[in-house]
Amino acid sequence: MREHAVFTNRWLPWVFLAPSLAVLTVFLYYPLWQAVVLSFHRANLLLGTRRFVGWGNYEAIFTGPLSARYHQVMVQSFAFSMLVVVIGLSISVVLATLAAQPLRGARVYRLLLIWPFALSPAVAATIMLFLFNPEIGGVNQVLNALFGIKPRWLDTPQLAFALVVVTAVWKNLGYNVVFYLAALQNVPKELSEAAAIDGASGFQRFFRITLPMLSPMTFFLVFTNLTYSFFDSYGLIDVLTRGGPIGPAPFDAVGITRTMVYQVANDGFTGSGNTGLAAAFGNIVLAIVALITFAQFRFGGRRVQYGDH
Amino acid sequence: MPRPRPRRSSGRFWSHVVLIVACVLVAFPVLFALIKATQTRAAVLSPSLIAGDQFLVNLRQVWATADLGLFMRNSLIVATAVTVGKTILSLFGGMALVFFRFPGHRFVFGFVLLTLMMPTEVLIVPLFDLVSLRPPESWAVFWAWFSDPGRVFLRPLDFGFGWSNSYLALIVPFLASATGTFLFRQHFRAIPTSLADAARIDGATPWQFLTRVLVPMSGNTIGALAVIQFVYVWDQYLWPRVVIRREELQVVQVGLNMIIGAGDGVEWGWVMTGAIVTLIPPMLIFLVLQERFTRGFALTDAK
Repeated sequence: MREHAVFTNRWLPWVFLAPSLAVLTVFLYYPLWQAVVLSFHRANLLLGTRRFVGWGNYEAIFTGPLSARYHQVMVQSFAFSMLVVVIGLSISVVLATLAAQPLRGARVYRLLLIWPFALSPAVAATIMLFLFNPEIGGVNQVLNALFGIKPRWLDTPQLAFALVVVTAVWKNLGYNVVFYLAALQNVPKELSEAAAIDGASGFQRFFRITLPMLSPMTFFLVFTNLTYSFFDSYGLIDVLTRGGPIGPAPFDAVGITRTMVYQVANDGFTGSGNTGLAAAFGNIVLAIVALITFAQFRFGGRRVQYGDH
Repeated sequence: MPRPRPRRSSGRFWSHVVLIVACVLVAFPVLFALIKATQTRAAVLSPSLIAGDQFLVNLRQVWATADLGLFMRNSLIVATAVTVGKTILSLFGGMALVFFRFPGHRFVFGFVLLTLMMPTEVLIVPLFDLVSLRPPESWAVFWAWFSDPGRVFLRPLDFGFGWSNSYLALIVPFLASATGTFLFRQHFRAIPTSLADAARIDGATPWQFLTRVLVPMSGNTIGALAVIQFVYVWDQYLWPRVVIRREELQVVQVGLNMIIGAGDGVEWGWVMTGAIVTLIPPMLIFLVLQERFTRGFALTDAK
């Protein structure tokens, strides 16, 4: 790779970079450090009092009387994220592959598959909230007419959890299909055509050619979808279930749709009155994410290039 | 020997079937909301799926009575400001990283890229303190704090920016973008070196090079970034919900939830109208920039 640098001015690049670096330092790096500091304090949001407690907040999370809820929230978060990633990406890759074929009307199919990109978590959840309302929702009116049943979608733990997963998959679909379609443009058609002439079935071509060729994009999407379901799912869950309902034992310490970010926001702004606890749990979440990212790049990232050689 | 043609056309038939079913399923909830947004109050609660003529009536109600108009205005201001700001700052960042040789540029790139792993949602508690706590009374007080490392780095914050209940809280912390800087960097690196050399030999200043050469060449990348950033800001929920306490400054995603919560019974017709209206701006941006969006990524990713 040839060097690109053209201009040699010493201070001008820093002028261009200064606004970005200032914002990142003040609003990301410094809060990150403050999160560590805060996690060693017992801090009250309303009174503004702070008291140094050492590892107290972390102990409360791992071994204290309330630790069961944190453990449950972690397990739920992982289950939720795994389901959203696996189901969402499987559906997306199949649909994108089908819509990338030279079919009649393929452009229309593509457009109809990617528009949910514009769907926000709160809007998606608001529509589902009405659709699955037990009394007046469209789904139960159909189910009642056909089978005489009216499931309590948002009060039944298993159903509520499934509904949150389905809504998240739906909301993410457009994003995933957009990126898979972009990647499919770079898959050489000759490979697939040659395989077809050699008698490979559609399934064989999909699993032996398309899927391996798409693996760098899948790697990227697993990362973005994981971060999405870990962090951006708050709005969706807040509108749809408010973190509830309480699950069956052993998931009865706290609501079954409560994720880690939901717990952080809850501790920080509504619940315990100790924002240090929220900061401590936030740091644990951050460490988990760093670990996952590291593992992903370490074991799966070899095939993807991010510019530097 | 089986002839390949019939098999391929049956494959094509099933492709159409699967795609049609998928498109209908994906669109159904929004179509349902759209139909309900046009119905009278009585029809909304019935199973009827026949479109009515009440959309404008519902819209007028929800726009004025339930403050949807106000929430929409707030969201539009914030999303536009962040999108424009992020695009410009990312453009500057990409330019500095690719076309300048200066000590520490690898470190800077790492510093920017690492922020991808620091989601605001998890840092929300300290960020809330930083943004909403009262600012120091005077520069002298600020300086006393700033020049004492023990207070800056070892104690929870005493002061903040005092921006709660201001658009600034929703805009400024989000102006820098690792994704954007990365995207522009990738795009600029694909520009032939000869072009940049020619520009310099012709005596172009860095600023002229940026505005007359790079920007006109970056339509797809700018389009792709604009879509991502606009949708990202438009969708924000948790941060505005905690930092904005005055209702008249709230964004539409949180406002929509207030419309559900307000009053005794939920006016589902209004709520569905609100949901549809909230969906329109990102949808418009997306449809207008869709081609550029796809091309902007096809060039940079997975090569």
